[in-house]
Amino acid sequence: MQCDHLINVKNIDTVPARSEIAALVKHDRVHTSLYTSNDLFQLELDRIFGKTWVWVAHASEIPETGSFKTTEIGTQPVIVVRDRKGTVHTLLNRCRHRAATVCEHRSGKTNSFVCPYHGWGYALDGSLRGVPHPESYADQLEKGELGLVSLRTEQYAGMIFATFNDQIEPLEDFLGAAKKWMDLFMKQGAGYPIKTGPAHRFRFPGNWKIQLENTTDGYHFPVVHRSFLSSVDKQTEEMLNFVDGSGYVEDLGNGHSVMVMIPELVDLEANLDAPIPERFSELADALRAEHDEAQVRRIVRAVGGSGFNLNIFPNIACSMAFFRVLQPVSVSETEIHHAVITMDGGPDVANQARLRLHEHFQGPMGFGTPDDSEAWERVQRGATSGEDLWIMLNRGLAGEYRTDDGLRSDVSAETGMRAAYRQWKKLMTENEQ
Amino acid sequence: MMTSDSALFTAMAVVNLEGDLLDQGEFNAWLDLWQRDGLYVVPIDPAETDFKNTLNYACDDHHMREKRVTRLYSGESISTTPRARTLRTLSRFRVLEADDNTIVVRGAQSLWEHRKGHSRHYAADITWHLRQQGERWLIQQKVIRLVNSDDVLHSIGYIL
Repeated sequence: MQCDHLINVKNIDTVPARSEIAALVKHDRVHTSLYTSNDLFQLELDRIFGKTWVWVAHASEIPETGSFKTTEIGTQPVIVVRDRKGTVHTLLNRCRHRAATVCEHRSGKTNSFVCPYHGWGYALDGSLRGVPHPESYADQLEKGELGLVSLRTEQYAGMIFATFNDQIEPLEDFLGAAKKWMDLFMKQGAGYPIKTGPAHRFRFPGNWKIQLENTTDGYHFPVVHRSFLSSVDKQTEEMLNFVDGSGYVEDLGNGHSVMVMIPELVDLEANLDAPIPERFSELADALRAEHDEAQVRRIVRAVGGSGFNLNIFPNIACSMAFFRVLQPVSVSETEIHHAVITMDGGPDVANQARLRLHEHFQGPMGFGTPDDSEAWERVQRGATSGEDLWIMLNRGLAGEYRTDDGLRSDVSAETGMRAAYRQWKKLMTENEQ
Repeated sequence: MMTSDSALFTAMAVVNLEGDLLDQGEFNAWLDLWQRDGLYVVPIDPAETDFKNTLNYACDDHHMREKRVTRLYSGESISTTPRARTLRTLSRFRVLEADDNTIVVRGAQSLWEHRKGHSRHYAADITWHLRQQGERWLIQQKVIRLVNSDDVLHSIGYIL
C-alpha cells in the first residue's frame, strides 16, 4: 500500500499525559523539555494562555472612546478597545464571516471595525452592526450571534487583563498579594497619572519561560550587566550591586512573585527627606524653578523608578520603571515589549530623564537588554544538548521561610521561578474545567 | 557660497568616512567626527522629530556616545563579544539644505551584520546635519530611521 498520499495527522499519543507533565516539575528543578518541547508549547497556549488572566493593556493606552490597541493572547490576535460608555472590551481580531482580521493597526482611534474583505462592520463593543448586501441571507443571518468574540476583561490599578475562561476567579482574587505591589509601583507617577508607551519591541530565539524567570533573577545582574554597571556613576553602581544586600524574593501565590533589589525604594513616597542622589541633583535644580521642595523630591524619586520587580504570571511584569510584556511566538521564539512609563502632564525635564534612563538599559540598542537576550539565547541553545537534564532552581531554598503572603528568601534566590513553575504545573495538569 | 555639487561632495566625503570607521571598528575616530553637542538618534517612529520628548532606541549625546564606544571595546558585554561584523553601503544622497557652515544631507543605508552564524539586514533612511568647524566638517546630528523601526527588532550590538 502506498502511504505517501495519506493525510499526515497529529499523533495524539505524542500529547503528554497530565501525570507525565507533572513529573517534569519538581520543587527544586524543572525538566529541559519545558524549553524545547513543541507539544508542551501547544498545550501551554491552551492550558495557560487560554485559561488564566493575561495582561492586555494599560488603561493609558486606550484613554478615550474609540481608542484601541491590538495585541495577542498567547498567539491569538485580539483588539482592546474602549467603547462609548468607557467600558473596555477585549475582542478576538477575527471577522465572524470568513475570519479575516478586522484591524491591523497597532493602536489608534476609531468609530467601528470594518472587515476589509467583505465589509462586515462591528461596533466598539464588538456587536455586528451591518453587512453589505444582506438580501442574499434573507432571514438566515443571526446578527446577534455574530459579533466579534468578546473576552472577559477586568482591570486593577490601570492594568487591564482578559481571559478566555469564563469560570476563572475574579481578577483581584487572581492577583491576590500582587495587588499591593501594583499599588506601590504606580507611585512612580509622583501624583501625575501614569502614561504607558511606546515600547521597545524585540524578539529573541528562546522559550518564553526563560524571560519569565529572568524578571526575578537577581543572581544574573552583576554578571550579565557588567557593561551596564560600568557605564553608570559609582553611586548607582553600588545601589545596583544588590546581590549581597538585604533585598529579598517573595512568592506571592498564583505564580506571581516580587524581587526587592533596593529595599529603601519599595515605597517611593517614604523617607523623602533622604538626600537626593548626586546623579539627580541637576534634575532637582531644574524642577525647583516651578515646584516646591516636597514635590521636587517626590518627582525625583519617581524618575529613578521602584526598587523592585513584580512578576505577574504569565506575561506581565512591573519592572523597576517600566512594564515588561512577553508574548510567546513559538517554543523557541519570544517577543518582548519594554513599555516606557512617563508622568502624564508631568514636567518635561523629568519625563525626559525617564526616557533617557529607559533608552540607556532597555531595547535592542540598550546597554542591558541585548546582553539579557544573548544569555537567554544561549540557554535555549544549550538546552538542545542533554535533553534528559534538568534546569536547576534550588538557589535560596535553604533560607526560605513562610510569610503572610507566601514564601520569602534572599534577593538572588530562585523563589520567584519556583513560584511560576508551581503555577505552570497546576495549570498544565489540572482537570478540564 | 557653496554650490550644490560641492555640498554634495563634501557631505559624501564625511558620510563615507563615517561609515567606513564604523564598519572597521574605529570607534574612537568616529567619536572625533562629531560636534561635542551633537545628537545621535535612532527613533522608533520614523515620522518623529521631537526626539527628546519621545522614546527612541538611542538618543545619544556626547557622553552616551562615549559610553557606547567604551562598551563595544570593553569585552564586558556578552552581546558584543564577539562584536558583529558590519558592512554598510551608503547611497542615494540628496542635499536638503546647504549654506557656508551647514549641510543637511539625506541618504540610504543598507547594512548587513553577521554574528555567530547569522546574517541580518537593516535598511535605513539617514539624515545627517553637518557643520563646519575650522577646516573640518563634523556631524551635528545623525538620525537613523530604520525601515522597520516601528516593528520588532533584534539586538543591535554595534553602531548604526
